[in-house]
Amino acid sequence: MTALDITGFSILLLLGGAIACPLLARRERLLIPVAFTLAALASGGVILSGFLTLSQGLNSAATIPLGLPGLPFNVRLDPLAGFFLVVIGLVSLFVSIYSIGYVRGYLGQRPVTPLVAFYLLFLAGMLLVIVADDAYLFLVAWELMAAASYFLVMFEDERAENRRAAFLYLLVAHVGALAILLAFGVMAGVATGYERFDGYTFDAMRGAHLSPGWSTAAFFLAFFGFAAKAGVIPLHVWLPEAHPAAPSNVSALMSGAMLKTSIYGMIRVGFDLLGEFPWWWGGIVLIFGLLSAVLGVLYALMQHDLKRLLAYHSVENIGIILIGLGLSMIFTSFHFPALAALALVAALYHTLNHALFKGLLFMGAGAVIQATGERNMEEMGGLIHPLPWTSALFLVGCVSISGLPPFNGFVSEWLTFQAFLLSPALPQPLLRLLFPLGAALLALTGALAATCFVKAFGVTFLGAQRGHRKVEHVREVGPAMRLGMTLAAVSCLALGVLPTYAVGLLDRIPRQLMGGHIGAVAGRFGWLWLTPASAERASYSGPLVFCVISAVVAVTYLLLHVRGASIRRAPLWDCGFEKITPRMQYTATAFAMPIRRVLGFLFDIREQVELISPVNHPVMADHIRYRLRIRDRIWGWLYAPQAKAAFWIARQVGRLQQGRIQIYLLYSFVTLIVLLAFLG
Amino acid sequence: MSLHPLFIELLQVALLIALAPAFAGWVKIVKCRLQGRTSPGILQPYRDIRRLFIKDVVLAQNASWIFRFTPYLIFGVTVLAGGIIPLISTDLPLADTADIIALVMLFVIIRFFTALAGMDIGTAFGGMGSSREMMVSALAEPAMLMAVFTVSLASSSTSLTRMVVVMSQGEFVIRPSLAFALMAFILVALAETGRIPVDNPDTHLELTMIHEAMILEYSGQHLALMEWAGMMKLTLFFALGIAAFVPWGIAAGGQPLALLMGAVLLILKLLLGGVIMVLIETGLAKMRIFRVPEYLGSAFLLATLGMIAFFILE
Repeated sequence: MTALDITGFSILLLLGGAIACPLLARRERLLIPVAFTLAALASGGVILSGFLTLSQGLNSAATIPLGLPGLPFNVRLDPLAGFFLVVIGLVSLFVSIYSIGYVRGYLGQRPVTPLVAFYLLFLAGMLLVIVADDAYLFLVAWELMAAASYFLVMFEDERAENRRAAFLYLLVAHVGALAILLAFGVMAGVATGYERFDGYTFDAMRGAHLSPGWSTAAFFLAFFGFAAKAGVIPLHVWLPEAHPAAPSNVSALMSGAMLKTSIYGMIRVGFDLLGEFPWWWGGIVLIFGLLSAVLGVLYALMQHDLKRLLAYHSVENIGIILIGLGLSMIFTSFHFPALAALALVAALYHTLNHALFKGLLFMGAGAVIQATGERNMEEMGGLIHPLPWTSALFLVGCVSISGLPPFNGFVSEWLTFQAFLLSPALPQPLLRLLFPLGAALLALTGALAATCFVKAFGVTFLGAQRGHRKVEHVREVGPAMRLGMTLAAVSCLALGVLPTYAVGLLDRIPRQLMGGHIGAVAGRFGWLWLTPASAERASYSGPLVFCVISAVVAVTYLLLHVRGASIRRAPLWDCGFEKITPRMQYTATAFAMPIRRVLGFLFDIREQVELISPVNHPVMADHIRYRLRIRDRIWGWLYAPQAKAAFWIARQVGRLQQGRIQIYLLYSFVTLIVLLAFLG
Repeated sequence: MSLHPLFIELLQVALLIALAPAFAGWVKIVKCRLQGRTSPGILQPYRDIRRLFIKDVVLAQNASWIFRFTPYLIFGVTVLAGGIIPLISTDLPLADTADIIALVMLFVIIRFFTALAGMDIGTAFGGMGSSREMMVSALAEPAMLMAVFTVSLASSSTSLTRMVVVMSQGEFVIRPSLAFALMAFILVALAETGRIPVDNPDTHLELTMIHEAMILEYSGQHLALMEWAGMMKLTLFFALGIAAFVPWGIAAGGQPLALLMGAVLLILKLLLGGVIMVLIETGLAKMRIFRVPEYLGSAFLLATLGMIAFFILE
């Protein structure tokens, strides 16, 4: 069995499972473990085939006699597709195991069969997008993915805000899909001179020679379409609405895996199908990356809904991936294949890392929500005591996403920094100067992400319970959910401690796409040191960082506990006030206040303080009501005018509608006359 | 004769652990002199640490394992950083473990977990300290990395040992870019180590506390570890500055005489650096917290100027 067969078999398994789901609709208690075990098995198969393709550098293609007559589906597995199969497979493996426990929480509340069926379809759609080798199958799979995830976002459809989120998602997804369709149209049309139909395969597009104008149009149409799906600012508005609305296992999959398909699309179109481009394409990708990274994390910092916060962090991380991608494009266009390879590996590594830690964080958020029935962080606190597993695993996710060594997020951000620092090689003085500023923005992003996750973890899990709910009723989640999260956390640590192995594998992709590679690992104990450019330039050793810190911590602990520790527990120090309550703790809003004040000009903030006094005098106030509304300005700048314009046009067109049959007959008559006049 | 690198490594870490309190004591002595007070002597930090180690730990009732784990972690990370920065010799087996960017991130671990520990007990003070600390660090980070980038341009490497080698073995040239970077580094280092004008390490006044507010609930050996790691961190920031800007004297190999010279020079540089820091601290007043962004913004501008100077002049 070849790798392509295994992938095909896994996808068929998922599609078959989705179709068979309604058979077990009456026995949902059985359906959940069966369906999700099936999904986990299929994911395992996908990981295996992706890994084989990547490690052996396979490139196999096949044609499936399905689709329209004369337009069969083409599939292909090359190292790039293999890598994305591994990314999606890993996330879906962990999330499927987690779902066995998580979806059970819905039993008795609502029928879960649609959730299970669309979950399987969604997975199949994502995998098909990756293996597709022609525009036709690609778009069919793309739509399958979009439609399945639409129904998943709509799962809890009794809430108005969920319906609104799902609608917005569908709208943006389709505007994006339209742009992608046009991009493929341009490439396919030029490939065949607008005469034949066989230009729809990726092979034909690779062979086409586009004029600079057409190729720019194709790239930016595709970039727009994929950016809409990835949630790049300013096309991100659907993301913080749709991700929180979906069930948490679906959010993990959407954020961890689905967003990555658009990164795949950008790389496929930019590096593979078009191949050659001027440097300013990369510059624009880089600018959008920086914009998404900085604004994404700032918006995240202002959230107090746990899942919305995580959703905005997806915007940020997609930004970081785009930074690497943009750098790689710039280096490629100036013919520095080794540097371009470094930047591309940084982007791909961050893609993998983000899939894992964001999957982990969304799973953790789902566990918290299931245990407490609460999404608002201001009502949480002290959950580390009833949820020891969830909190520890969530902490791993927080540390990874904040880019702290020795976890995985650090490695990919460090590689991106190294790519930035290679800018003195560039021939353009202006670029040389502007690049470090981009690196500074990346540093700002990293530091703000750390701030945000201190807030997220601190307010949710530490301190004392803030809300009215009793912590005593909160129970730790079940074994399946814990297993899914633990596996994700372990992979986060493994990819951070042993990055050389993964980077060595990833190095095959730039070799395939642009002929350059880093050749990072060399010499004795090569696995120990990650040296992306050269050993003199920079090096990082994950194993040593991990081992030395653990060793010193262990030795210090043992030395101090030789004589038996005496630890006394005492009540909180209350400054002699004696009435200290959990309400006096810092809240999520309070925590973000300094940043809100310093960088508040980027937001649309409305703050209201109202004093309520029984005797109507401000001095004698006994309640203070504080209202805070934060919106991102982009909605007001970009979307609200469009919505207004659409309504205005609709109203103008609406004037035709008079409600009188004579007028409508007149319309028909006039239309007929006009048509006759033109055609006659 | 040349000593084994592993031995030099151990020697350097031991030197750092042993001498960091003395350096903190020196800073205190100079400060007392300048402010017309009598000083408690250079040994006072040692006495403080010893007293704290003997005392019992009192934990707040809802403190979790994060609160208890943090002091050990911080101590471990600081020791690792001490093994990476070349203090007396560049011949260190751990030196390649992390370059200067990774080193900066190691210090972020310390801040991240201290801030979490501050939020763990659930008092207003802890949250206040964490929130402020993270704000300051978020703004300090870009300036810090910008200064680091400028320095790394000269040696076209981010590895610290490489920077030291290039600087101390090449011929001496005055680089305007490094002058700007040094100024930026000093400003940022004051913020990162929690000194005046950003934070005041000697205060427990709630309006001005940042770092002290986070560790307010610590006691006994936990506090001793935190304090000791804090002193080491202060020393390490000086060592980082020395390695990046004035590395002359750091031994290239493991000859005992060169090591001794390196150690003596290091101590002299630290003594001088301490005096400079105290002069800055005494000359300035603590800023309002919302003035800090302007302060760190100017550090960022200085670092950017250094970078522009590099590309235009060098």
